[in-house]
Amino acid sequence: MHASQDSQGRLLLSGNEAIALAAKHCGVHLATGYPGTPSSEILDGFQALGGKAQWAPNEKVAAEVALGAAFAKARVMVTMKHVGLNVASDVLFTMTYSGMQGGYVLVVADDPGMASSQNEQDSRRYAEAAVAPMFEPCDSQEAYDLLKVAFETSERWGIPVLYRITTRVCHSKSAVKPVCSPDQMPKDVYNPSIQFERNIAARVMVPGHAKPAHRRLRAKLAEMEAWNNTQGPHRTEMRSANVGIITAGICYHHAREAAPEASTLRLGMTFPLPMALIKAFVAGVKRCVVLEENDPWLATALRAAGLQVESKNDAIFRFGEMSVDRVRRILRNDDSIEPVPPRGKPPELCAGCPHRSSFEVLKELDCIISGDIGCYTLAALPPLSAMDMMIDMGAGIGMGLGLRHVLPEAEARKVVSVIGDSTFLHSGITGLLEAAYNPPPTGHVVVILDNGTTAMTGQQEHPGTGRKLNSDFTNRVSYEALGRAAGFPNVLTINPIRERDVFKDAVQKSLAKNELTLIIAKSPCILAVSHIVAGEKERKVWESNGISGGVKTEGKVL
Amino acid sequence: MKLSIHSGNIRFAGLGGTGVIKASDIFADVVFRLGYDVKKAEVHGMSQRGGSLSSDVRWGVSVDSPMISEGECDLLVVMEATQVVVTQGCLKSDGILMQPSDIDESKLPSAKALNVAMLGRMSTLLAFPLEAWQAALRTNFPEKLWAANDKAFALGRGEP
Repeated sequence: MHASQDSQGRLLLSGNEAIALAAKHCGVHLATGYPGTPSSEILDGFQALGGKAQWAPNEKVAAEVALGAAFAKARVMVTMKHVGLNVASDVLFTMTYSGMQGGYVLVVADDPGMASSQNEQDSRRYAEAAVAPMFEPCDSQEAYDLLKVAFETSERWGIPVLYRITTRVCHSKSAVKPVCSPDQMPKDVYNPSIQFERNIAARVMVPGHAKPAHRRLRAKLAEMEAWNNTQGPHRTEMRSANVGIITAGICYHHAREAAPEASTLRLGMTFPLPMALIKAFVAGVKRCVVLEENDPWLATALRAAGLQVESKNDAIFRFGEMSVDRVRRILRNDDSIEPVPPRGKPPELCAGCPHRSSFEVLKELDCIISGDIGCYTLAALPPLSAMDMMIDMGAGIGMGLGLRHVLPEAEARKVVSVIGDSTFLHSGITGLLEAAYNPPPTGHVVVILDNGTTAMTGQQEHPGTGRKLNSDFTNRVSYEALGRAAGFPNVLTINPIRERDVFKDAVQKSLAKNELTLIIAKSPCILAVSHIVAGEKERKVWESNGISGGVKTEGKVL
Repeated sequence: MKLSIHSGNIRFAGLGGTGVIKASDIFADVVFRLGYDVKKAEVHGMSQRGGSLSSDVRWGVSVDSPMISEGECDLLVVMEATQVVVTQGCLKSDGILMQPSDIDESKLPSAKALNVAMLGRMSTLLAFPLEAWQAALRTNFPEKLWAANDKAFALGRGEP
């Protein structure tokens, strides 16, 4: 971690960097996740500080690996963006029942305003739905401080904890005073004996075990609420008795600037809500306003508890992120139309990006393009305008198949599913199985855009790059072998830039067949090309040392 | 005209890949090491693929929101000429605009050093000790770029 440090030991850190440092100082044994803006830098930061961090193929697998480690009393951290929690939610909803013996913190990064996301979903609803306690730090210092409280909460009640951060907490930098310098460990660091103790009734969630587990979970919730009321990490700051603001996360800082005279209640742990503490605050001010981004989750909960509070006008302020100006408007009940900032230049595919060539070809062939999530989604924007749909990770394959099943033959033949390498490994493999299991009458064409990296989120490794998060070589999955194993009779690997004509010819011929075709359009990301090319040379040396196939030794060769 | 060194709001703007984030990191480093409270905000991800990008740095005894409100920016540093029109609304009525045409780009050691030249120009408006700027430049770049950056910084300062 490169960080500014001043003479008093303060560090200037982003929220993500602060969480990475806190994870180290909390003695986290294993951190895993899947990259997603704005969460991506946490694991790299933790690894750079000497922590054991690894990328998983997707968030669900990451959450499961972490759960196993926590069953053996390890402290674990999982990181993902908000939509990643949809993928991991299957684990979440039942591991709150089973609980665990180590500390389990799931960091989820929401993106109010959708700076780099496909929706603006609000993860606070997951805390309530899955019955997982939730913390919401408001800046880098709190992102550092609250992680320890989150682990202690997890361990005390044997429950996974959600650590909700947002874009402006993740990517804003502010001062952090850590308990000790980044290269040291605190003296009282968590150091349990890692071991497995059999307890089938606690961990096998069949109905007979899950029914009492659900009752235990609700009892834990009541205990946690009582604790949160008296000892939770909240800050009540009484100033004027005329106006009080209840808030959490980055909104606290907007509120302090917009209304410095107002009293504030800043909640650090927002589920289960410390309702007694909140009631006392509401009673102490004449006018009480709830400030929150996106959904009126907090305001609704307070009103359901019978509290008279004001909240934002959701017809206007539910959309997009909060700001100082918006807080001023909310406080003066100003519902006038907000000024629209001038439109900047939209992002675009880089010069020399292999995706440009791939999409130009598909456009020339007048394809209906069922797309997916990554840099290549930028192909949907003018001038290419060469993607017809994009919804969620892996959907490109399924949606393409659906179109093929119902469209008239001439139209069905135009449908191509396009998916990036990392996205394919995250959620596309099951789509491939569906294609082979229920092939449309006209067959289908799936194109994996293999640029050798998870480009959009900052060039992270994945199971197809053959390197781990720390750059060590490891097994590398073969898309070709996966395609054949699934039952695709036609599997081709083509460079869409250097063999543009071959690529075009292959797509055209595949569209004419009533068969399944998998085309791997393989050409390195222009931003990562030197890393990828150098890595190929090093890999040959590594493989020639008699460690090809099977499980490899740890550590980088050379 | 000089700006106060005790507190301020500076927005760096440009297109992804024009050194906006690097310049704001270096500037935040300068003020942070001098003991101020500092906050810095930007958005990563999609916007970094050649699209419009901005990064806010705010400093003072105590800073609340990390984002500069419209009309409250003291100094706007734009790295790419087309972005002036889309960003200048953030400036105070007496705020200062700095843009690429303020620098003789033909004299830059490389086009990538424009952000460092801009920092050099900023150093003539903000009277922080010159050593603080130089220390931040040193820690934010590998040694092989130090000489070129010294040249770019001096060019921004209008020094021969």
